Formats: sequence, C-alpha cells, structure tokens
Amino acid sequence: MRRHWLGYTLRVSLCALAATSALAAEAGKISDGVVKVGILNDLSGIYSDFTGKGSAAAAQIAIDEMGGKVLGAPVELVAADHQNKPDIAANLAREWFDQGKVDMIADFPTSSTALAVMEIAKQKSRVTMLSAGVAMAAINEKCSPLNAQWMVNTYALAAGTAKALLATGRKSWYFVTADYTFGHSLEKDASAVVEAEGGKVLGVSRHPFPGGDFSSFMLKAQSSGAQVIALANAGSDTINAIKQAAEYGIGRSDKQVIAPLLTYITDVKSLGLAKAQDMYLTEAFYWDYDERSRAFSEKYFAKMKRMPSASQAAVYSATLNYLKAIEKAGTDEAGAVMSTLRGMTIDDAVIRNGHLRADGALVHDMLLLQVKKPSESKRDWDFYNVRSVLKGEDVFPKPSDACPLNAKG
Amino acid sequence: MDITLQAFMAQLTIGLIGGCFYAMLSMGLAIIFGLLNIINFTHGAQFMMAAFLAWIGLTQIGPWLGYPDFQINFWVALVIAPLIVGVFGMAIERTLLRRLYHLDHLYGLLLTFGVALVMEGGFRYVFGVSGQGYEPPEILQGPVDLGFMLLPKYRIFVVVASLLICFGTWYLFERTKLGAYLRAGTENPRLLQSFGINVPVMITLTYGFGVALAGIAGVLAAPIMQVTPLMGGNLLNIVFAVVVIGGLGSILGSMMTGLALGLIEGLTKVIYPEASTVVVFVIMALALLVRPAGLFGREV
Amino acid sequence: MSTTFKIFLVLCAALLVVPFVPGLIYPVFVMKVLCYGLFACAFNLLLGFTGLVSFAHAAFLGSAGYVTGALMIRFGGHPLGMPAAFLAGVAAAALVGFAIGGLAIRRKGIYFAMITLALSQIVYFLAVQFRWTGGEDGLQGIPRGSLFGLDLSTDTTMYYVTLGLFAVGFLFVDRIVHSPFGQILQAVRDNEARATSLGYDTDRFKLIAFVLSAGVAGYAGALKALVFQLVSLNDVSLHTSTEVVLMTLLGGVGTIFGPLVGAALVVGLQNYLATIGDLVTVVIGLIFIVCVSFFRRGFVGEFLHLRRRRSERAVRRKALRPAPETSPAAEPA
Repeated sequence: MRRHWLGYTLRVSLCALAATSALAAEAGKISDGVVKVGILNDLSGIYSDFTGKGSAAAAQIAIDEMGGKVLGAPVELVAADHQNKPDIAANLAREWFDQGKVDMIADFPTSSTALAVMEIAKQKSRVTMLSAGVAMAAINEKCSPLNAQWMVNTYALAAGTAKALLATGRKSWYFVTADYTFGHSLEKDASAVVEAEGGKVLGVSRHPFPGGDFSSFMLKAQSSGAQVIALANAGSDTINAIKQAAEYGIGRSDKQVIAPLLTYITDVKSLGLAKAQDMYLTEAFYWDYDERSRAFSEKYFAKMKRMPSASQAAVYSATLNYLKAIEKAGTDEAGAVMSTLRGMTIDDAVIRNGHLRADGALVHDMLLLQVKKPSESKRDWDFYNVRSVLKGEDVFPKPSDACPLNAKG
Repeated sequence: MDITLQAFMAQLTIGLIGGCFYAMLSMGLAIIFGLLNIINFTHGAQFMMAAFLAWIGLTQIGPWLGYPDFQINFWVALVIAPLIVGVFGMAIERTLLRRLYHLDHLYGLLLTFGVALVMEGGFRYVFGVSGQGYEPPEILQGPVDLGFMLLPKYRIFVVVASLLICFGTWYLFERTKLGAYLRAGTENPRLLQSFGINVPVMITLTYGFGVALAGIAGVLAAPIMQVTPLMGGNLLNIVFAVVVIGGLGSILGSMMTGLALGLIEGLTKVIYPEASTVVVFVIMALALLVRPAGLFGREV
Repeated sequence: MSTTFKIFLVLCAALLVVPFVPGLIYPVFVMKVLCYGLFACAFNLLLGFTGLVSFAHAAFLGSAGYVTGALMIRFGGHPLGMPAAFLAGVAAAALVGFAIGGLAIRRKGIYFAMITLALSQIVYFLAVQFRWTGGEDGLQGIPRGSLFGLDLSTDTTMYYVTLGLFAVGFLFVDRIVHSPFGQILQAVRDNEARATSLGYDTDRFKLIAFVLSAGVAGYAGALKALVFQLVSLNDVSLHTSTEVVLMTLLGGVGTIFGPLVGAALVVGLQNYLATIGDLVTVVIGLIFIVCVSFFRRGFVGEFLHLRRRRSERAVRRKALRPAPETSPAAEPA
C-alpha cells in the first residue's frame, strides 16, 4: 500500500519538474510568458469594504483597458485574502513569487502585511504597489527600490487637512488619537504642520484601539475649546467618534469642527450624511471629481454596484501604469519597470500630476473635500463638495534621510 | 492634572452608561453559567445579532417586503429582537449544546465559540463591516441639561432601562418561586427532576433568557454604537474579565461588578486614557490575588 | 524503538526530501506547518496531558517571537547571535508563562481558561504599546543570522535547520509525556483529588507543566520569527490562541501526532481559503462546530480508536469463536 503511494508521488513530482523546465525554456521579454498581477488584501475582515473584492474588480478594469495583453503576453489576475495576518501575506507572496509566476502584488490595507511583503519582493526582485498601505515606514526606513506607495501616506492625509483648515483661520487643535503606530504617526504629522503654520495644539486624548465609547474623549476635546477636533484614527473608531459627537451636539457649530484625518467614502456612507455633514477631509480620489473620474467610476459601478473607494481606484491606477511601464520598458524585469515608472508622468482617471519618487512615494494632487448636507445630495454616493485641489508638492512629505535611496539623489 | 468637578461628574456619568452594558451582558453570562456550566462565547454575537435585527427592522424590512414605508420602530424592536435572539439561542441549545452536557465544559465553550464565528462571518458576508447607523426614536433625541453636562436623552433612557432590567432579573431569580427552582437546578438538577420539574426544558428556557438579555443590550446599544458584525466581539473580552472579577456564581455580583467597572473605566479615561481597556484586566489580576473565588463568587 | 519513534523517523525522512520537489510541496509551507505543529504540541501538552485549557498560548508564541526578533535585529550579525536570541525568546515565553500560570492555577476548570484569556489581553496590550515591538507594524525583516557558521539566509538551509529544531522540540514533548513526571500530570488530569491524596502537590505540577508548555510554545514562536523573518500583533492575538485549540482538536487531543496533523490541516486550509476569501470565518466556525459535536477524537484520535476497536474485536472473535458476534463493544473511555 505504502510503496504504491510513494511511487505515485514520485511520478507526479517528476511530471511537475518536467512541466516547470518546459515553461522556463520559453523565456522571452516577458519572464514565464505571462504577466501576473496579484491583489493581496482583506476579503473578510475589517478592511474589506474599502479594499476587498472591489480592488480585484478595479485591477481587472485596468487589465481589460490594456486589451488583456502586454508585449504580446497575456495578463492574468490573482487575488487572495491575507486575513490581515502578515505571516499569511508573506507565505502567499513567497508562493506567488516562487511558483505562481506573479510579477507584481498590490493593495495591502494593513501596514504590517505591506512591510512584510515588501521585504520578500525585494529579495525576489518583484514589484509591490501599496495602493491601500499608508505607513510612512514604507517610504522611510523600510523603503525599497521595487516598491511604490501608489496613493497616499499618513503625512499627506494629515498635512492636507491641517493646511486647509489652518488656512480658514482655525488655529487651535485638539487630537483624539488611536493609541498605536498609525494613530501616533497621523497625530505627529498633523501637529507638526499645525505648529509650523502658527497654530497651537491644546491637548491630546489617546484612546485604546479599538475603542467603543468615545463620548469621554469627545467631551474632553470639546471642553478644551479647540477650534478643530482632529481624529487621528480610522475605520470604526472614526465612525463611532463622529456618531457619538453628534449625539452630544459636539462639532455642530462653526466655532468647533471635527476633522477626521483618514476617512474613506465607505465610512461616510456608513455614517450617513446627517451625521457626517460639513466635515472637512482629504482624499486622493473622489469618483465625482470630473469627466474622467466619473467614466472610470461608472464602469466600476456597473461591476460592483457601488462607487470605488480611493484605495480601489488606486489599484486600478497602479495596475494600469504598471502594465504601461512594461510596455514602455519592453520587459517585465522589476528594476527596469520601476525605473521606467519613475520617468513617467502619471495622469489617468485617478491620479493627476503624479510622479514616482526614488523612495517610492507617488506625489500627486489631492482633494480637499467637504461632506455635503443631506439636502445637497442628489443621489446615493453623492457625498462631497470638492473645496480645493491640493498640489502634491505641498502635501506630500519631503524625501526623508531615513531612506537610503534618497541619499543617492 | 486639572479636572473640574464638572468634567469629573460628566465622565462618571459616561462610565455609568458603559457599566450598564457590562452589567446586562455579564448577568446573562452568569445566569447561563449558573445552570448550564457553560461560558457562552456566543454572547457577543447574539448581542450583535439583536442590534442588526433592530436595524433591519427599521431600514431594510420595508423595501424587502415591497412596502418601502413599512418599518419596525425602536420600541417594537426592543421586544421582538431579543425574543428572536432568544428563540434562536434555544434552538442552538436544543440541537447542539445539549449533546455536550455530559462532557467536559471545554466542549460547550468551544462550540459556542464556533457558533459565534459563523454568526459574525455570516453577518459580515451579507452586510459588510463598515457598519450601519441607527437613529434613536424621536422622543429620545436631543440632549438634556443636567447642570454639569449635556446628556443625550437616549443615554438617560439606557441607564434607567438597563437598571430596571437588571433589578427585575435579580428579583426574578432571587425572590420568586421560579427563581428558586432555577437555583435548585444549579445545585442539584437530578433532585429537582425527581420533584417533577422538567429540568431539560428549564435549561433551554434559561439559556434563551440569558441570551435574550444580551439581545436587549444589543438593541439598546444600536443607536449608540455603530451596528457592525464586530460590535459584540470587541465588548465580550471585557465582559469576560468582569465576570471573572465578580465571580460567576452570583447574579447580583456580576451586576454590581459590571456597573463598578464601567465607572472605573470612565475614570481611567480621564486620568490615563491609554489604559482604559486594560485597566479591567489589571483589576482582574489584582482581584484574583486577593480573592481567587471572585469578589462575590463561591468556590466551585 | 517505540512505534511513535518509528513513525516519527519515517515522517522526518519524508520531510528531508521536500526541498528537492518544490513543485510538489512548497518548502516554506512545510516550515510553517512545522512551526505551528510544534506550537500545537505545546498546547496539547497542557490540554491533552494535564487537562488544562489555556487561551493564552498566543502570548507565549508571540512574546518569544518578539524577543528573538528584536535581539536578532540588533545582534543578528554576531556568530552566536542566533542561538542566543533563540534561547532568550524561549526563556521570555517561559517567564510570561510563569506569570500567567502562577495566577491562573489559583482557579480551576472554566475559570482557569477565562483567566488565561484575560491575562493574555494584557500581553497583547503591551505588545501594542512597547516601542521595541514595533506596535502594529510588528517587526519586519528579521535577519536569520547563522548557526555554528552555517548561513541561514537561504530557504533550503533554513528548511533543514527548522526540521532539526522541530525534531528536537517534538522529541522533548514526547519525552515529557512519557516520563514519570508526565505520568503524574496525567494522574492530575484524570483525578486531581486522588493525585493530591497520593501526596502530590498538584498545583506545583500544574505550574511546571504550564511553564514547560509556554516554553515549547515560545520555542515554536522563536523558530517562526526566524523562518518568516517577521513578528506581528497577530502572533499575540486571541485569534492565534483559538487557532491552536482548533489544530489540537482537529488532530486529536491527547495524541502525540494529532497536533501535527491538525496544524497541517488548519494551515493548509488557511492557504486554500485565502484565494476564496469572504467566508473564511464562517468555514472555520463550522469546522469548530462539527469537530466539537461529532468528531471530538480528531483525525488521529479517531484512527487510533478504530484500530483499537478492530484489534479488540479480533481478540474477542478468537476467544468466542463458536458464538456469533452480537454487538460491537462499548468503547473504553
């Protein structure tokens, strides 16, 4: 019995070996004869609404726009759920790189998964594009020549909102911060901007993550008398804080406004305009910005029955430009593709006036948005008034010395 | 640190609200544990389910049925949702839990854990994770000026309602004949059976009742928290610690501990907000050192 | 040579070939299974052989990972860096185990489980707060260093080192179980009052078992940190603690090989479900329910049970040849 089983295994493995070598012989400009894009994100957990299945759908739109082919080789898409666990993400990425012929992986809604896969991609010389990953570490001390942070980072989000609100004369700030790296980093970047522009930080409340009842923190923030209550948190924490503030009537006057530093359109949808109205926020993409963004979004809507979040739109843009860069470079070799990308001006339905920096930061225009009143909204997903376009140079951080790639110039 | 008396009172009031939820949830756990000897890991999911039912009743059921204007309001939901959750709980008890009573209690715990995963995953699959808003009924909207703070009417209602429910439950279990049966069932089910009481039915009903308490808490929480599939799971860890501190054997104990910990948590949020979640666990460790059986518990 | 040892040798021999056939089984996947397998063995030492349920095992896995990882990032270049960091990780896990176990053994049964659960939350909180753990970013790019001059940076070398370290850990657990000490633990599990009446200080034995189990879990955690070169909050989360329960249950509580089988199944399932997405939680939950309701012996337990029943039936048939067999024997507990 056992001998039979072993014999079978041996035969199967020999076949597998033969198959691999046959494919390797077919090497051309495109390694393995196929360009494979991997989408690694959260399909079942707390980040699945603004990434999830929608990200894969957005990538597919980009692939279809390229005609499903680049340099004559077919483009394929794989997607998987990293369940927000870095070891699962790392394992999947290794397997995709080693055996799945995957050339580029995008998305990563948590920083730990992003950093883990970046490290592996560097070792295996493949490309990562963080369309949902906002960690500063990715372009600072952990930066990689084969990585692009294809949407925003915490600094750009914080600086965008902070600068815009300071410009309206709101100089005194209070922070309600999620007590972990992400929250700290948002708070630090925003307060630096506030202080640099003559504003003042009156106080900080750090809440445990995830927090349930935010009324204590919001009341403290209210009694500080600050003109801006900035929420340095994300997702359900932000939603709960805003919702409970509304219950106590906090932030309902022009004297004191609430500014969430990281908000996705899915959060506003979940809160409802009645609670979210009048808030200022910064996003990299809003579907109803202009003709081109609407054209893409309607295509997306036809597939998913909802409008794309900034992250999902970013996956589209990342995939599209990655494929274009392959075409331009004439190869899918990671280094060549990345240097081609760095030489391109990025301008598509999602990203405007973009260029990719040596450290992997994609510098591009951002949007300062204000949430509409329920009466102004004409249809579902009609949530924002675009207040101004923030120039990339003004909101993205200066290249940091912590990233060795910046030293070379 | 400068804290005005006003701010102090305000935070204490907010702590009390949190404590009410802890009290209701830990009471349910204590009741179930008392008779079934099972730690009900599904408690958080059942809390969540009731909140979702309330939300579905208010916003979804009309369009589903083809009458967009039809909705089940808060007051009706406050009765119906816990009932549905209770019946659902009893179905689980009858079909799954019952098979495990002769085994180590670990298996019951693991089973309820599995059920909780399925429920949370299922709701997440259908409704996503960002969560849904739920408006309190009109009569309870807007704040009341208490002198030291503005308190939303709805929160006052929550405190009053949950204290009434807690007291009522305590009365039912400690002061009525039915309660006497239940307590007897905890002590010696076989003897009780021989007196002609249908103990298996009693167990089912008790489980349903404990779960329904979680359901009431869930509906009450819907307007305060965002209704999401994870709302219960996050809360449950803290409630477990509450239950360990209070001792599982005592209904009154779990209620008092819940309220007290809510207040302590509220104060921690003023003094050292970073630790406001973990303070419960630290108190638990201390309580164990001083009184291993829990503050109100009996050694088992 | 015991049967266990023979099976173990066959298993190891089969695993030795894996790097030569990467198309068949992916070596990194096997390393992951080995790490979690050892982790589940540690858990089983407590649940299966001492009768204690812990929901804190992630705290041991994670704290060892963090300590090993943080030390490797600082001293990974030193020739003795890897063994020192590895041992420091194990020691840290044992220490955390001593603290949690010391408090938890004050209560029994379900209370014990609840206390470990609550205390592991404190460890999680600390991991979020401390600077050296990297908060929610975790520790990334941990160097693997070298073991006795052997460079571990390639996956193949690491594979064999992992296999070796796994074998040591596994045999250590097996040794504990079959030692006189292990017999006492099982006596405590089966009837604590009787063990006390025989003059054993059961609390002391339980605490030692707890610390040993924590140490082995830490051993797995330190190894995992080196293999994957990362440690994250997930490693100290309640989720990981429940996963190890599932692995042990699925494989077979109280069997030597059960945890390995369970770990392979759960890790494989995670990998498989990853591409399906969406319903991961539901599927894991359903497995829990089915396992607890209908399949409590687990795969290995069920196999052993069938084999035992078959041999018993054979014995009986031999003894009672003239009489026709009526009903299968009631199983021994």
